Amino acid sequence: MNAALTIAKREIRTYFNSPIAYIVLTVFLLLAGYLFFGSLFIERQADLRSYFNLMPLLLAFIVPAMAMRLIAEEKGSGSLEMLITMPVPDWQVIVGKFLAGMALLAVMVGLTLCYAATVMAVGPLDKGPAIGGYLGVLLMGGTYMAIGVMASTFTRNQIVAFIIAFAISFALYLFYRLLPFTPESLRPVLSYLSVESHFEAISKGVIDSRDIIYYLSVMVVSLVIATVSLESRKWK
Amino acid sequence: MPELMIQVENLTKVYGATRAVDDVSFNVRKGEVLGFLGPNGAGKSTTMKVLTCYLAPTGGRAKVAGFDVFDDSLEVRKHLGYLPEDTPLYKDMTVLEYLQFAAAMRGMASDRSAKRIKEIGGRCGLHEVAGKLVGELSRGYRQRAGLAQAMLDDPDILILDEPTSGLDPNQIVEIRQLIKEVGKEKTVILSTHILPEVQATCSRILIISSGKLVADGTPDELRARERGSRYRLVMEASGTTAEAVKARLVGIKGVSRCEPVRGEDGAHSFTLDAAGDEDLRKVLFRAAVDNKWTLLELHREAVSLETVFRNLTTREEVKS
Ligand SMILES: Nc1ncnc2c1ncn2[C@@H]1O[C@H](COP(=O)(O)OP(=O)(O)O)[C@@H](O)[C@H]1O
Ligand SMILES: [Mg+2]
Repeated sequence: MNAALTIAKREIRTYFNSPIAYIVLTVFLLLAGYLFFGSLFIERQADLRSYFNLMPLLLAFIVPAMAMRLIAEEKGSGSLEMLITMPVPDWQVIVGKFLAGMALLAVMVGLTLCYAATVMAVGPLDKGPAIGGYLGVLLMGGTYMAIGVMASTFTRNQIVAFIIAFAISFALYLFYRLLPFTPESLRPVLSYLSVESHFEAISKGVIDSRDIIYYLSVMVVSLVIATVSLESRKWK
Repeated sequence: MPELMIQVENLTKVYGATRAVDDVSFNVRKGEVLGFLGPNGAGKSTTMKVLTCYLAPTGGRAKVAGFDVFDDSLEVRKHLGYLPEDTPLYKDMTVLEYLQFAAAMRGMASDRSAKRIKEIGGRCGLHEVAGKLVGELSRGYRQRAGLAQAMLDDPDILILDEPTSGLDPNQIVEIRQLIKEVGKEKTVILSTHILPEVQATCSRILIISSGKLVADGTPDELRARERGSRYRLVMEASGTTAEAVKARLVGIKGVSRCEPVRGEDGAHSFTLDAAGDEDLRKVLFRAAVDNKWTLLELHREAVSLETVFRNLTTREEVKS
């Protein structure tokens, strides 16, 4: 596991040495801030609901942009060959990259705690939904991040990696929106697969292990596929 | 430690329709510096990628330090230092940071890693650029950083893919010197498409062409394999044409080929190739006397390694 942490550390530094982290953080904070303060001043509502409500869609855009370079960039530059011929199992490379993405995500989400602080200054903050909401954002973001890492192993082109990750993430988001138009029999399946249905429950402050298991299993499956994809260079 | 550090048996690697490596077998003993020589696209890098566990072979097997590259890849990689072609290092790290990263990836304890970085950094002449970003290094320094990275954990085997390509002549001499020194204690495989490179650094040469191994031996053995010699002949022969002289020369036993070449005015110049080991100078001299040619120059040279290389690699290309 040490190698994964070494990789994560290096990767985090690279994020903050390049403009991409700052661009992504700025875009996210501006959009989230617009939504949040919009509801605060226009609807005179002092809560985080409109901010959290947008997260499933917003993160489906932002997280693939954070994850796209993680493997694809190294495939393009050739440094991946150096990295994976070190005496380190392939899965640690994937986990290290994923952890770096999660660190950036945590910084980004952490910065929006100032919105929560604003709400607390204006009126009483309902603790349950706030804690649940932030936990849900991290779980859902982690799910998108794992999908992004997986997509990044498929290609050396970062834009292609972004599009694949976005398509999968957006599909998982869309399932919930499509519920009213699907046959009755398919609804439980679609609802279970949708990132948003689980997020909705958590962000109400209802922390159910089934929702957490959903996110963790999508993460694990994506990271396993990513590892297999990295190893696929060795297929005969 | 096994005596055979690298064993390659019937190794084949196919990319789609390209047979990049085709049924190659060889062994490398401990302490050898093996030169992997071949024109571009011969399959050198591909072979190295299999040995370093980056790619799996399509067919055949390879063992490094006694471990199979496919089944025991982690063990293999622990015994290896690798410098890929074009030295793809992380450009946004300083040299020191890069070496620290490589040491951490190899699981080296921190006190040992600090000691080794200092030692290897000194040996590779990196101290003055330790704080510079890799992306800002000259090609020569980047190559040295790549070598330092490969030697960091004191591996038994070093695999270096075109370690001197793109360097200027002074840098080439320095890197060769470094490799030679390392080769005293380690097993080294280096690839190159330049012949003087292997002559300068290697104790053994493998020549590969279109994925096939076409020669394997010490530089002397390879020269001996390609027997025969070449003669340069300049003479005055008044009253005869170059054609007539050539006809006489070709008639001499042992001469396999005779080509008139441009030379001084009023003189005829020829290049002769002879297949056998026999020295034809006396025979040629006597032929000149018998024919009343005035011999101005007669020079014999043994086959150069360059000729061996050219013969071996172009023959293959003609075939395919
Ligand atoms: N990733 C790849 N996909 C398809 N063909 C490849 C790939 N890598 C190398 N080749 C082909 O395999 C052959 C051998 O390449 P390589 O091992 O790089 O040769 P060398 O290092 O001797 O120049 C070449 O014909 C090359 O075009
Ligand atoms: Mg090559």
